Amino acid sequence: MIKNLLSRFLQGLVVMFVLFTITFFLVKAMPGGPFQSEKAIPAHIKAKIEAYYGLDKPMGVQYLKLLANYLKGDPGLSLRLEGRPVTQIIGEAFPVSFQLGVVAMSIALLVGIPSGCIAAAKKNGLLDVGSMGFAMVGVCLPSFVIGPVLAETFGRSLKWFPAMGWNASSPQTWILPAITLGLGTAAYVSRLTRAGMIETLSQDFVRTAKAKGVPGWKILIRHCLRGGLIPAVAYIGPAFAGIVSGSVVIESIFQIPGMGRHFIKAIETRDSSVLIASVLLYGALVILANLFSDIAGVWLNPRLRSGKN
Amino acid sequence: MLRSSASLVLSCLLLASCQKETEVERANREKILLIGNGNDPKALDPHLVTGVPESKVIGAIFEGLVGDDPESDTAYPPGAATSWTHNPDYTSWTFHLRPDARWSDNLAPVVAQDFVFAYHRLLHPDLAGPYAEMLYFLKNAEDYNKNHRSIILARAGLIPGVSEAQAKTFNLEGLPDKTIKDDLGKSPKWPELSEPNRRRLAVNKGLDALDRPALNWILESPDSRFDWPADSLPEQRIALLTALAAKAADPTATPAVEAEDLFELAKVGATSPDDYTLQVDLREPVPYLPGITRHYTWFPVPRHVVLQWGKISDRFTPWSEARHIVGNGPFKMKSWKLNDSVEVVKNPIYWDAANVKLNGLKFYPIENYYSETRAFLAGQLHTTYQVPPDLVDRIKKEYPQYLRQEPYVSTSFVRFNVTRPGLDNVKIRQALSLAINRKDICDTILEGYTPAGTITPAMGDYKPAQIAVYDLEKAKAMLAEAGYPDGRGPDGNGLKFSLLIRGGGSQAVSEAMQSMWKKIGVTVDIRRMDFGSYISAQQNLDFDIAIAGWTGDYLDPTTFLLMWTEGNGNNNTGWHSAKFEGLLHEAAIQTDPSQRLAMFAQAEQLLMEEAPIAPFAFQARNYLHRPEVKGWHPLLLDNHPYSAVRIDP
Repeated sequence: MIKNLLSRFLQGLVVMFVLFTITFFLVKAMPGGPFQSEKAIPAHIKAKIEAYYGLDKPMGVQYLKLLANYLKGDPGLSLRLEGRPVTQIIGEAFPVSFQLGVVAMSIALLVGIPSGCIAAAKKNGLLDVGSMGFAMVGVCLPSFVIGPVLAETFGRSLKWFPAMGWNASSPQTWILPAITLGLGTAAYVSRLTRAGMIETLSQDFVRTAKAKGVPGWKILIRHCLRGGLIPAVAYIGPAFAGIVSGSVVIESIFQIPGMGRHFIKAIETRDSSVLIASVLLYGALVILANLFSDIAGVWLNPRLRSGKN
Repeated sequence: MLRSSASLVLSCLLLASCQKETEVERANREKILLIGNGNDPKALDPHLVTGVPESKVIGAIFEGLVGDDPESDTAYPPGAATSWTHNPDYTSWTFHLRPDARWSDNLAPVVAQDFVFAYHRLLHPDLAGPYAEMLYFLKNAEDYNKNHRSIILARAGLIPGVSEAQAKTFNLEGLPDKTIKDDLGKSPKWPELSEPNRRRLAVNKGLDALDRPALNWILESPDSRFDWPADSLPEQRIALLTALAAKAADPTATPAVEAEDLFELAKVGATSPDDYTLQVDLREPVPYLPGITRHYTWFPVPRHVVLQWGKISDRFTPWSEARHIVGNGPFKMKSWKLNDSVEVVKNPIYWDAANVKLNGLKFYPIENYYSETRAFLAGQLHTTYQVPPDLVDRIKKEYPQYLRQEPYVSTSFVRFNVTRPGLDNVKIRQALSLAINRKDICDTILEGYTPAGTITPAMGDYKPAQIAVYDLEKAKAMLAEAGYPDGRGPDGNGLKFSLLIRGGGSQAVSEAMQSMWKKIGVTVDIRRMDFGSYISAQQNLDFDIAIAGWTGDYLDPTTFLLMWTEGNGNNNTGWHSAKFEGLLHEAAIQTDPSQRLAMFAQAEQLLMEEAPIAPFAFQARNYLHRPEVKGWHPLLLDNHPYSAVRIDP
């Protein structure tokens, strides 16, 4: 297990390095640069600003320098929000995205797992059709439709929740964006749980339990849930990484100061510093989440444990 | 985890049902104005920014020489200066500062030296302030900002035997901007210049940065791009180089000027005869100077705070961070959370604090105007930045009490690349311009905008004739005259161009133009690009036709006309005209204001006839505003003095 983890960690480092390199050269290959606006900056001034950030150096030098800085843990200064360290920008935005992501994921699990279980237990019944229909809607409706509908209904008309804004200590401001963000995931989790549960429910040990007279709910929760969650858990890890790294759509609809807007702005304005750092952060999250998913999978599924197969 | 989340959700729902007072109601009580500001400022340092969102925040925490009048664009109430005078030809101005103004940290009075320091800083070649051009009105400011050391030193008589005029012809640091990259970067003419030397020259640091062999090469090599004038004497060249290359050249030679900073020597036209007198000398008559000084590039900065954190030329120091910045305006900085809000609070030691009715302002960076409109209607904002054009009709019907539609000094236009075949023909450009049904576009797509027949909107006494108008028949005739009847050329091929638009820009406008040009037989493909690519395609003249816009910085035609001169970074058409520039130059030295405007009108007419651009709409600001916010009147530049705003529910 330790050996396995170590090798996964080293693989992760290689992936991060490749990601860094590819992102760096892709950003630099984009037309235009960071210091252009509707009103052109005079060439003699632009040249100086570029020199200030070392952008006048040959590409290879820039690359090696940035790599060296990253190894020292310094991703540099933002080019769009001039003078701000990238660490500060991400340090402000990531906790917001993370908090929103955790709430959204909680909603997704609270809705997805029970509804998946119920659907599996009442396979082809009314509850199954109902919850799977709901899940289908959740999968199909994009957040740029759900978000404005929720904001319009519960924000503007009913005034239950604010139509925009974010306050880390005021749960009212979390609800609408978290539901919007979590709904799609809830739908997937629900469908995956249902599939996993149905498969587990058809196993021999379930028949045995039934024959022995174990009550239905007990079979479902005590005997099947652990096995039935395996497909959902494999999905939840990467999905969590996606959710906490920010969503530009939801952040723009609800005015949330998260990672997504910085990321999109960084692309638009060729802010290579913020862009590379965000991509790396996202990469690290995906790697970690996959690792946790795998560990959880092993824990849930004894057949995967080495030496016991 | 799950259980705690569940209880959280429940408690939220409970909390939500208790929410009775809207944010606007609470803000009304606390006298805080909640404003949609479009975007976050890039920074708070007035010397490092160029945009509109910045101007709103900076305008709240700083104050210029001349104030903004809440009701009139052309009234000049006193600001940091109580009065000002000028000489008859508007080239020399004296501003008398108010003696009771203090910086918001209450550590120092606002004195004339703070203004001079601010201009010195923005113009400092090493600061590389992107909007230094706004100070080029000041005498000698451009030479100092562009680090034309040869000219500055020669003018000061520090280069033996070299006059200022000669220094200009020596063309040292004064290489035209465009050639810097092309010639220094790539030219095979520079084989001996090592890469670092080339780069140093390219960033225009002056010859100071060059090493001895490079200087020798410049001095002696026949391949040098520094084309010494034929009549220049060797000793003049040597004197010039030693004077310039104070450090890197011959260490034994005595450099004429050791100082890095030539501000004093350059004699930039901003001086402080005493603490409360600012003397401003201009390079040309500027009768509209009071209007210019309302722009943040002309604001003072606190010398004592900037220097506490670093040198005058340091690009970033903590001085401009939200928690340290000190201003002289009616408000002072409270907090700035990125992508969330910027908060300012009333500055109690502002000289006119007794008449400031607001306790603070909160600027929200909302780029999604649908969300902004929704938040306004949900009671979260007092004023929005913009109503999306497709919502204007609905708002008009359902919420007429909130809708404001006001003119703005901003023009939408089509930019032609006159270096492209077809578009190099003025008749074809005119035909394309004549075929744009401006009224249709404004009526059906751009709600509130008005048809534009010229680039400069009417402002003050300047009311240019509307020349570029819709005339389909004339457009067809013009095409035929150009040799393209019905859009078909002599070879039978139709005229075909691409139309560049910006992602997020108006797809509808581009499609309308596409169909309008179809009517005269011109085919157009729409090319949509993200912001960065859109800008760089225009700057590199890598487009045929583009839809663009321009917003004035101050109320004078120059803010719309100067950009169409040769080499201007905002021209991007490939067009320039000696006659046009001649007219602008004549206007610049003209001291009679009405004569001056007449010359601009002539220049404008020429521009429309040559048609490197086809203006089509004067923009309007459609936004929402709550009626309880008083003291907020239509202003062309949209610079509402927040000190005059009050909340009166």
